[in-house]
Amino acid sequence: MHIPDGFLDAKTAVTTGVLATAGVGWSLRQARQKLPARRVPLLGLAAAFIFAAQMLNFPVAGGTSGHLIGGVLAAVLVGPGAAVVVLTSVLILQCFLFNDGGVTALGANIFNMALVAPLAGYTIYRSVHRLTTGLRGMVLAAAFACWGATVLAAVCCAGQLALSGTVPWGKVFPAMTGVHMLIGIGEGAITALVLAAVARTRSELIEEGAPATLRKSYREVLVYGLLLSLGLALFVAPFACGWPDGLEKVAGALGFEHRAAEKAIIPAPLPDYGIPGVRSAPWVTAVVGATGTMVAFGVAWLLARALTPKEER
Amino acid sequence: MRHDFLDSHSRLDSPVHRLPAGIKLASALLFVFLLVLAPLPACVPIAAVLVVVALLSRLPASFLVKRLLLLEPFVLGVAVLTLFQPHGIEVFAAIVARSTLCLFTMLLLSSTTPFAELLCVLKRMRVPALLVTTLALMYRYLFVLMDEGERMQRARACRTFERRRWHGWKALGTVAGQLFVRSTERAERIYAAMLARGWK
Repeated sequence: MHIPDGFLDAKTAVTTGVLATAGVGWSLRQARQKLPARRVPLLGLAAAFIFAAQMLNFPVAGGTSGHLIGGVLAAVLVGPGAAVVVLTSVLILQCFLFNDGGVTALGANIFNMALVAPLAGYTIYRSVHRLTTGLRGMVLAAAFACWGATVLAAVCCAGQLALSGTVPWGKVFPAMTGVHMLIGIGEGAITALVLAAVARTRSELIEEGAPATLRKSYREVLVYGLLLSLGLALFVAPFACGWPDGLEKVAGALGFEHRAAEKAIIPAPLPDYGIPGVRSAPWVTAVVGATGTMVAFGVAWLLARALTPKEER
Repeated sequence: MRHDFLDSHSRLDSPVHRLPAGIKLASALLFVFLLVLAPLPACVPIAAVLVVVALLSRLPASFLVKRLLLLEPFVLGVAVLTLFQPHGIEVFAAIVARSTLCLFTMLLLSSTTPFAELLCVLKRMRVPALLVTTLALMYRYLFVLMDEGERMQRARACRTFERRRWHGWKALGTVAGQLFVRSTERAERIYAAMLARGWK
């Protein structure tokens, strides 16, 4: 899901950059005020752990292998606010050291994978976890939250690519969402396995991470919620419904539009996104989405059953 | 395990390696922005400059090519989606050319500049201290943790023999979970050591 350089135009790169800076700045501020000093080294170690865990390859059928992205895992283990800092560090290191993900797309990548994935994932995790109990509920909630977070981040990524005019929405949305619905299942399974293993040896580590942030502070929930909905409204809403494209207007006012137009080397894909035969697409998308969600929840439930010993159910 | 597989050539000696990190970072960012925004013909002189820098830096050509080829699938994976539109081929070619040049720029930066020097530049640019500390600790302990993970995986491979994939996954999950437990314990020891050395 790492967007390389050259795929985003100026207006999208600037907007995602601003949103990402605001989100990361806010969580750094929160962390400085609330994070106990003894947990500061844990941020660095957790970031190193996520990076190292990404190197463990899980063999999937036919010689291919999957690996972890780690958004929800970090959020559950160290708390959502700290997870933003941890994942931002991972992405910065991947960009500058491993050259995975572009510099101009760093804002977009941070927004998708360090803000949307852990924060939205953690919200899903908490709401599902509230309905269930015990270790099994925790594993179920985490696995399902992982799937939801991966798909949501992919939708944001698709929106940013389409908004830049690089790829038509009608193509990039089904492709990104479809692939990440599958990847999300793998991600959920790995996260569930890791969390179950941690819970078996040091269960207090998971409880310790949770109440540190986001639970009692409504202001924090409000700021993060506002940021995420702003991002979704800017990147996804223009395609998902008939609202006027606010970003285009802002870009026009700021003069980005002019610059984007100068760059005529990339022609506008399908001027008004009128793709023949897509009239029924919203229905199909909704049905496919609902089915996918049900399947993912079922898989998460089976996983939770398999991973927890009988006496703890 | 080789501990410098990420930035293995960043500590060599050449005119490019000796330049201050700040200048290298600024010019790399400038190049990337130019490559992304400028019309495609203007990218040719930039590419020429990049090749000159690469020659000056005395980096082995095989390393650069290997690294570029390793990262190219990530670019192509996203770029494939651009094919499904009018003039798809042209858009595809333009985007792949731009992305590859940007990749080359960042590759030159990361293999001529040690990460610690980049962190010093970030600190001078007033990036929040907590983020810089996290990045520094992450870079410091990355190799330690990967080594530890590899050792645990080797130990597991020696002790378990299991053909079924599910059990392999479960064992790997345990390795990763245990790795996290060990990294929190290490973080506690590091904190004690930091306090002992007067950290505030």
